[in-house]
Amino acid sequence: MISTTPTHDCFVEVKQLHVTFTGGKKPVQAVSGVDLRVQRGEVVALIGESGSGKSVTLRSLLGLHAAKTTHITGDIRVGDQQVLQLSPRELSSFRGRVASMIFQEPLLALDPVYNLGQQITETIRRHENVSIQEAHQRALALFERVRIPSPERRLQAYPHEMSGGMRQRAMIALALACKPQLLLADEPTTALDATVQIQILLLLRELQKDLGLAVVFVTHDIGAAVEVADRIAVMYAGRIVEEGPARTLLRQPRHPYTRALLQSRADGALAKGQRLETIAGAPPDLAALPNGCAFATRCKLAQPQCELKQPDVSWLEDNHSVRCLRALEPQTV
Amino acid sequence: MPLTPLDLGGPAQPMLSVRGLVKHFPLKKDVFGKGGGVVRAVDGVDFEVLKGETLGVVGESGCGKSTTARLLMQLIIQDQGELIFDGQTVGGSALPLKAYRRQTQMVFQDSYASLNPRLTIEDSIAFAPMVHGVPQSEAVARARDLLGRVGLAPERFAERYPHELSGGQRQRVNIARALALQSRLIILDEAVSALDKSVEAQVLNLLLDLKEDFGLTYVFISHDLNVVRYMSDRVLVMYLGQVVEIGNSETLFNNPAHPYTQALLSSIPTLDPDRRTEKPPLAGDPPNPINPPTGCRFHPRCVHAQDICSQKMPVLAHTAHGQQVACWMHVAGSAHGLAPAHPLGSATQEVA
Amino acid sequence: MHITVDPQKLPELAMQKSAGYWQTVGRRFMQQKVAVAAALVVLVLLVLAVFGPWLAPMDPYQSSILKRLKPIGFPGHLLGTDELGRDMLSRLIVGTRLSLFIGITPVICAFVIGSVIGITAGYAGGWVNTSMMRTIDVFYAFPSVLLAIALSGALGAGITNSLISLTIVFIPPIARVAESVTTQIRGRDFVDAARASGAGAFTIVRVHVLGNVLGPVFVYATSLIAVAMILASGLSFLGLGVKPPEPEWGLMLNTLRTAIYTQPWIAALPGAMIFITSIAFNLLADGLRSAMEIKQ
Repeated sequence: MISTTPTHDCFVEVKQLHVTFTGGKKPVQAVSGVDLRVQRGEVVALIGESGSGKSVTLRSLLGLHAAKTTHITGDIRVGDQQVLQLSPRELSSFRGRVASMIFQEPLLALDPVYNLGQQITETIRRHENVSIQEAHQRALALFERVRIPSPERRLQAYPHEMSGGMRQRAMIALALACKPQLLLADEPTTALDATVQIQILLLLRELQKDLGLAVVFVTHDIGAAVEVADRIAVMYAGRIVEEGPARTLLRQPRHPYTRALLQSRADGALAKGQRLETIAGAPPDLAALPNGCAFATRCKLAQPQCELKQPDVSWLEDNHSVRCLRALEPQTV
Repeated sequence: MPLTPLDLGGPAQPMLSVRGLVKHFPLKKDVFGKGGGVVRAVDGVDFEVLKGETLGVVGESGCGKSTTARLLMQLIIQDQGELIFDGQTVGGSALPLKAYRRQTQMVFQDSYASLNPRLTIEDSIAFAPMVHGVPQSEAVARARDLLGRVGLAPERFAERYPHELSGGQRQRVNIARALALQSRLIILDEAVSALDKSVEAQVLNLLLDLKEDFGLTYVFISHDLNVVRYMSDRVLVMYLGQVVEIGNSETLFNNPAHPYTQALLSSIPTLDPDRRTEKPPLAGDPPNPINPPTGCRFHPRCVHAQDICSQKMPVLAHTAHGQQVACWMHVAGSAHGLAPAHPLGSATQEVA
Repeated sequence: MHITVDPQKLPELAMQKSAGYWQTVGRRFMQQKVAVAAALVVLVLLVLAVFGPWLAPMDPYQSSILKRLKPIGFPGHLLGTDELGRDMLSRLIVGTRLSLFIGITPVICAFVIGSVIGITAGYAGGWVNTSMMRTIDVFYAFPSVLLAIALSGALGAGITNSLISLTIVFIPPIARVAESVTTQIRGRDFVDAARASGAGAFTIVRVHVLGNVLGPVFVYATSLIAVAMILASGLSFLGLGVKPPEPEWGLMLNTLRTAIYTQPWIAALPGAMIFITSIAFNLLADGLRSAMEIKQ
């Protein structure tokens, strides 16, 4: 079964993205052939552990990699722009206006010497020709939108004067200042407390629905992904190994890695003292990826042909794709 | 001095009794006299750690769990309160600090910062026994044995340096180091929080194995509620420097009594795409412990707050399910509208 | 006993012996071309210092009224002659020994004394730290040139006295760096872990602190060698250090002062030697510092 999504409808289209970092002793293949499509108004979560390539993929969408030490091939289309072919000036106009990003640690992403109001108005006026007063009004409206209490006063605050959750909201406001159509989120809730995390996740969901944003949300926490995402893509060693609607992926995971990941979660349902299912071995060295499936050495279902070459994408019903030679077999436990 | 510690009080005596711990950190004033104030990091904490159990400790930023961990280890000394280890006061004549430190050890969150980058793995592990008088050859042999026990082949790892190991491997080394003195109580301060999920699962399994093999008692501090539920026999919930609820792990997760615990547990993201969370259980960020509210510290954010809550601080009381809660709603005859009229019947269960 | 955990597989580390910390540093150092070049220059200078008298083509003390201030390339004198007709090349070569000696010795002494002060203050913390470091700061507040001159003036001229005064000048900056690094290390978890295992302060400093602190302090001290050389030259220039007729670059700068108008290239030669030596030590220190920053 082939994909039923017409390709020209989607807002973001990534084709055969390869990202190799050449700065170190050996070249590191961070991303090896990623295909991704995001519709307007759709939230896609990229899940994976460290080294899976999810953050690298995300940053490529905004052209954030250092040109000298990064070798990127492939195609990234956002709207009608080809991101990899934009000049620095065009890229500068693209960022913030068409697509913007929120990060894990707002303290590192916000400028410490300007207050939030100044940062937002500066961003707006860089992209649009409006007066200071109007930019300020918009900043105020944004702060209200992200539910920051006493917004007028908080616009005068500096990043270090705000609490963690407030800073994250401020960063979201800043990212939305120029009305982008694509929001990229790099682990935005990982560093937050549980009660704050759920507030931010729900805020993102609400904003996304109200503004019709397309969102790519990178996280290692499956729970966070489920709260916001329509579709989930699981990455391993620089490739997407499984992708599908959140419901389908959680109820019927097909890739052995996805299943192992879901099973190894500590869960209240487990009996006390019962050991967790673990994935044997260690993640592969990205500087020396094997020819075949990168998960083969750790996979319980591995067969000799798995190590020969990369498995092609198999499509299951409901827009659910898997890269595994054994995906179409009837499921064993 | 024999290195195998003796069990003094038997299984019924708590491994560690914490009584009235208080630790405040003064803030500096600037030249104009502004600033000042006190961070009430830990403000009157009482609980017990029973022998052979895993006590989970949860709470958000500012709750004081990290400070409590360091107090339990006596890396910082409390302003008030005492610790009683197996019936003996820590720091007293029967149990001086150095002897206590043989019995209690800690595993920190940052696996790299916990190891001296200049020492080999086996030297790092052998350091503590040598400090307590074990001859070097025996200390190194013990280090190698422990490396094997935590799943790192000694021939391959003993002479490596920390920067050559992965995060999960380093954390195993830290666990081996914590066991080098044959301690009985291990404090795990966010020990798995910085690890990838799949590595975390392996280390959790290892901790369970070691607990059985060595008869250990754990205090397991974490912000990951699922992991705490899985690992712990009992759980302690902290808020703004105080204990708000303690109880059996399953009971607490199924029937949280304190409004804060309820909000905290409802904040766990669901794994069911059809039943997503609709409203956040709590608004705002966790407050900082500099000027805590009067009375019950949670009352400004509590949906059930009434007058009594801002006036008097509740103490821990038993609930029908057997937890202890610090909330006026559960104290019989208190001025709170939802409190039970009569105290619990004679069947006050043991909290264990 | 059961272990359900698989031992981690690390094929590439299995057979080779683990590289120690200093071996890793050495390997990283060798990868920096500039630093290696600087190290070679320093090596050449050390060779000149040790074997100078034998390598010099002529007697550096041999003066000749007839051959005063002959230019570079004069037959028999590759780099010309100075104001007393002595061969410049020989004087520069033989002068290496004294110049380097005056530059390095105070730094070594200050390194030892300053590290003791800084590490003690850094580990002890509290009022011990405050009292020690604020005392050090009093000395640190003086510009080093003035302090050196004042101390030398008080002690009197001569090599030994200038060594003492330079040592005193360098103790405060080294102590400050040592204290700051020690304070940082002391806050690290592994020191807490060592305290948690019941070790006493001396043991912790010996096993855990020294190995981590002395490295960075040593690198900082190496960068001070260049400063020491310049200060020593300054002292000799002012007549407070080395006395004539000893060949020493700073002193040579002084005595060749008036030759700037007639033979500027000759007058600049000792300055060039100081310059080359300073740069070489600075680049060496930079290279060491880079090599020691083993990131995660």
